[in-house]
Amino acid sequence: MIIASIIELLKKELTLELRRKSVIAGIGLFLFSLIFICYLTFSLRRNSISEATWSALFWLTILFAVINSVAKSFIGEKKGTVIYYYSIASPQAIILSKIIYNTLLCLVLSLMGYLLFSIFIHNPIQDKPLFIVTLILASGGFAAALSLISGIASKANNSNILMAVLSFPVILAVLLMAISITKNALDGIDRAASYDELINLMAINCILTALAYLLFPYIWRS
Amino acid sequence: MNTVLKILAVVLLFYLHIGGMLFEVPRLNIVNESIRGTYFHVPMWFGMMILFGFSLYHAIAYLVKPSPLTDHKSVEFAHVGLAFGILGLLTGMLWANYTWGTPWHGDPKQNGAAISVLVYLAYFVLRGSLENEEQRARLAAVYNIFAFAAMVPLLFIIPRMTSSMHPGNGGNPGFNMYDLDSRMRLVFYPAVIGWALVGYWIAKLRIRVRSIEEQINALEDDKIFNDLQNDKV
Repeated sequence: MIIASIIELLKKELTLELRRKSVIAGIGLFLFSLIFICYLTFSLRRNSISEATWSALFWLTILFAVINSVAKSFIGEKKGTVIYYYSIASPQAIILSKIIYNTLLCLVLSLMGYLLFSIFIHNPIQDKPLFIVTLILASGGFAAALSLISGIASKANNSNILMAVLSFPVILAVLLMAISITKNALDGIDRAASYDELINLMAINCILTALAYLLFPYIWRS
Repeated sequence: MNTVLKILAVVLLFYLHIGGMLFEVPRLNIVNESIRGTYFHVPMWFGMMILFGFSLYHAIAYLVKPSPLTDHKSVEFAHVGLAFGILGLLTGMLWANYTWGTPWHGDPKQNGAAISVLVYLAYFVLRGSLENEEQRARLAAVYNIFAFAAMVPLLFIIPRMTSSMHPGNGGNPGFNMYDLDSRMRLVFYPAVIGWALVGYWIAKLRIRVRSIEEQINALEDDKIFNDLQNDKV
């Protein structure tokens, strides 16, 4: 029952997203501009930034792109739509569908970011599969935390500022883990060295998703 | 709060200040006499975690059974916990200045602590930007629970995975909680209990003040309402 409605809601999200092409184009352009600004401000000649700077720039870019794109998952919704959802689906189904959809969105964004980074700046990652796994796990963590916080922020007046303020401290744990795995992937050291961080990242994802699942009904009720 | 506990808190803090300054402490390189900071810096973190724990407990209680009093408790424990956190950061910076060379050393535990202070500042920003009281209490409770869970890895897991200059982390040498001199234990444990009790006491007083303020507001509202009614008649 809940799975059926999650699938329905996911279908709806995807159709809506594909119908409003301007939104996708907007997010894509935002990411592109961010990376192009990094390119212009940092590397006039190729390969002029160190690996640590590359990783910091990459994660900052992804962080801003992700916060801006996931924020709209509840903030943009019209009041009528919210009431309509309320009448047709359980809050659990809604938050899970949002988390899955946002995970996909974050993953697409971070893969696009990675591609653009390797085109414009350079690609110093030595252990590429490990880095891709990190991107997948980090996308899950970002999506779980940001979906719930977007729900909280949408109830307040100055929701866009509040979104940034509330989400930074919460997703920092995910970000720190992702950065330390990125460091290992950059140096291409043995994968066994990253298992601790990977498991930790997965555990943080589980906690965040479980809490979002438990707490969302309380936000939804108003 | 029980009078016995209040007296106990005062006695323990007196004992802590006298004992902490005068009792003998182990001689260690670099740390030297500044090891007495253990009695003042570390209990701040214990106090903060205990107070945030109470805040979390009342946040959960609010979601289970909403009542304004539970919300007040949750906020005030968070308030006092935040004060303890800021004091912990300040005492830590003071101590770091003399032993590590700079007030802000970029130690993972220091960063984690700064982030947890940020979390609770964000919590108060959230409360400030919601107008409907019932909604404010509910959303703040949700964020409180979520943020506490996100804070745990920052304070307890990440510092243990990376190298840290705090004792007991990353396997660095130096003095350690577990080889605390038995003479230090005599002061350290009472210090933790004493500071935690004082924090609890302050929070309790603030909860009472807030509840009374609410009652006064309600009474004044009633009075204005009644005056208006009488004028109309």
